[in-house]
Amino acid sequence: MSRLLVILAALSISVASGQTPKPATPARPAVKQAAPATKPFTAPKTPWGDPDLQGVWNDATSTPLQRPNGKDKDILSDEEAADFQKDLEFQLSRDRRDGGPDVDVNRAYNEHWMDARRLKITEDRRTSLIVDPEDGRIPPTVPLSPEREKARAARNGANARFNAGLPENYRDFSLPVRCIIRTDSPPYLPTIYNNDFHIFQSPGYVVIAPEMIHSARIIPLDKRPHLNKNLKQWLGDTRGHWEGNTLVIETTNFRTDDGVIFQNASPDTYKIVERFTRVGPTQINYEFTVSDPMTWTKPWTARIPWNRIDPNEQMYEYGCHEDNYDEVHFLSGARSREKKGETK
Amino acid sequence: MRKSLIGITAVLLWLAVRPAISQQTPAAAPQFPAAYRPARMADGHPDLNGIWQAFVTANWDLQDHDAQAGPHPEIVGAYGAGPAGQSIVEGGEIPYKPEALARKRENFQNRARADVSKDKQWHNLGDPEMKCYMPGVPRANYMPFPFQIVQGSSSYLLMAYEFTSSTRIIRMNWKQEAPTPSWMGWSRGRWEGDTLVVDVTGQRQETWFDRAGDYHSEDLHVVERYTAVSPYHLMYEATIEDPQVYTRPWKISFPLYRRMEKNIQLLEFKCVPFTEELLYGTFSKQTGGAR
Repeated sequence: MSRLLVILAALSISVASGQTPKPATPARPAVKQAAPATKPFTAPKTPWGDPDLQGVWNDATSTPLQRPNGKDKDILSDEEAADFQKDLEFQLSRDRRDGGPDVDVNRAYNEHWMDARRLKITEDRRTSLIVDPEDGRIPPTVPLSPEREKARAARNGANARFNAGLPENYRDFSLPVRCIIRTDSPPYLPTIYNNDFHIFQSPGYVVIAPEMIHSARIIPLDKRPHLNKNLKQWLGDTRGHWEGNTLVIETTNFRTDDGVIFQNASPDTYKIVERFTRVGPTQINYEFTVSDPMTWTKPWTARIPWNRIDPNEQMYEYGCHEDNYDEVHFLSGARSREKKGETK
Repeated sequence: MRKSLIGITAVLLWLAVRPAISQQTPAAAPQFPAAYRPARMADGHPDLNGIWQAFVTANWDLQDHDAQAGPHPEIVGAYGAGPAGQSIVEGGEIPYKPEALARKRENFQNRARADVSKDKQWHNLGDPEMKCYMPGVPRANYMPFPFQIVQGSSSYLLMAYEFTSSTRIIRMNWKQEAPTPSWMGWSRGRWEGDTLVVDVTGQRQETWFDRAGDYHSEDLHVVERYTAVSPYHLMYEATIEDPQVYTRPWKISFPLYRRMEKNIQLLEFKCVPFTEELLYGTFSKQTGGAR
């Protein structure tokens, strides 16, 4: 198996799981959260009176989910922001040609495939997408039950086999590599490509069609109860309502498979609330709060701007499973390496 | 006198009950209300929102078909079997060119096989439905799964299908051609009176129309017509054209039924996990058995 494939595999996994938790940095005196830019803006309404979120929006940004070590402010000055963006762009770029042939080959999945909008920080110059807690980081985790420790160890083992180029079978792949769910799964986090979301509305519904995978998240607004708890879904079951101009949605009924919920929080106690607010003609604020007392010491919240795409651009179909050659290449490569006696 | 009175009463009684009797005669086919005027959206066009489903058996075969065993009756018995059904093709038969008919028969023979060991032959064998690939148009509309039409106030409609969570965006009054082929194709819509007409091009040549192996090439051109004929039904028609495969354009039609359950919603049919052993099982590590 080539190094390129290993890198691709690792990449896919990082897309799936978001950033891995790092130990929380010691709390610093929090800088007061600047209010989002407030220009007088009247949110448009649909003909049937709901706030109008229809259109194609893109959530790409280089602003990291968690505040990088060494950054002690939540909002940067213009000058600091320019430096931060430049640093991030340099780190993210795959066309740097500065690491010699091996590194270059590993970066062959290069800018051509990537969403260039992911190289810009958010307009409000934040250092992290997380806005609560104030340190901009995912809260520390609580000790896991022995069963969940075991499940996590099993997944780590599968990931290690995969990254070593020796997956035993398709179950060693993450859900994104298997094209089951990807970043169409909540909470929506920016990734390397396919950051578009097409929002449709009809009386009684909001529907979010993410570019990734091609699924549609159909959100009834008629206050019907959630699906019975016996029914479980990969993307859960979503219900919504309006709070003023904000669409508030709650999602339950997640399947219990490894990798379905962000950071493998516990499906029994995990809660996710997402809020969508039109804050300007070309921007929606997307905010999510997740909590799980079995996983994190406290709830946390992130805010990600969704920007309307250029009207001359279109969101196209993304087929994944239909031509998932990688899966065969990874496995046949592993079998061929085993035959040659390679174990690492 | 008395007799004739009885006779007149009998005739009057017969006249009174006659319409009821005639409605029960077998000659009367089901009919939609004449001159139905559908509910409207704010823009004045018919409101097609809802969760819809076909109840034809065309997913097994567009043309006439007897009930039949599935590909592996020795394993799954009647579970894999398909129901009988009448053709939804106008005139009954798909007008295949002779060589294309041979290919359709070959497709049927190989419908339950898959071989993904070589990239270039990845799509050669098997019904794409069996492999959980997006079904394309019109097949998505007559699979035994519901779909939802989402019609709002923008220049786009969404059709969201339960089968493998596939979706298609209908671009209204759109000029631009398909930029590249895709599984669900490039759908451009317009209103002709109260009928939504959708022109579908740019479909991947690998999709099939049914489990009988009916197929098309990359030149497939489908024109769909959706007309509300009652609060609970859309009449669906599609004209199918592909000069590489058929001698002339042909047409299918069937009603779509509104799903009326109070709690109806699309659920997930994410079928990828149901195909992985079939597609990738042979590449698993053999020693020690599958994990």
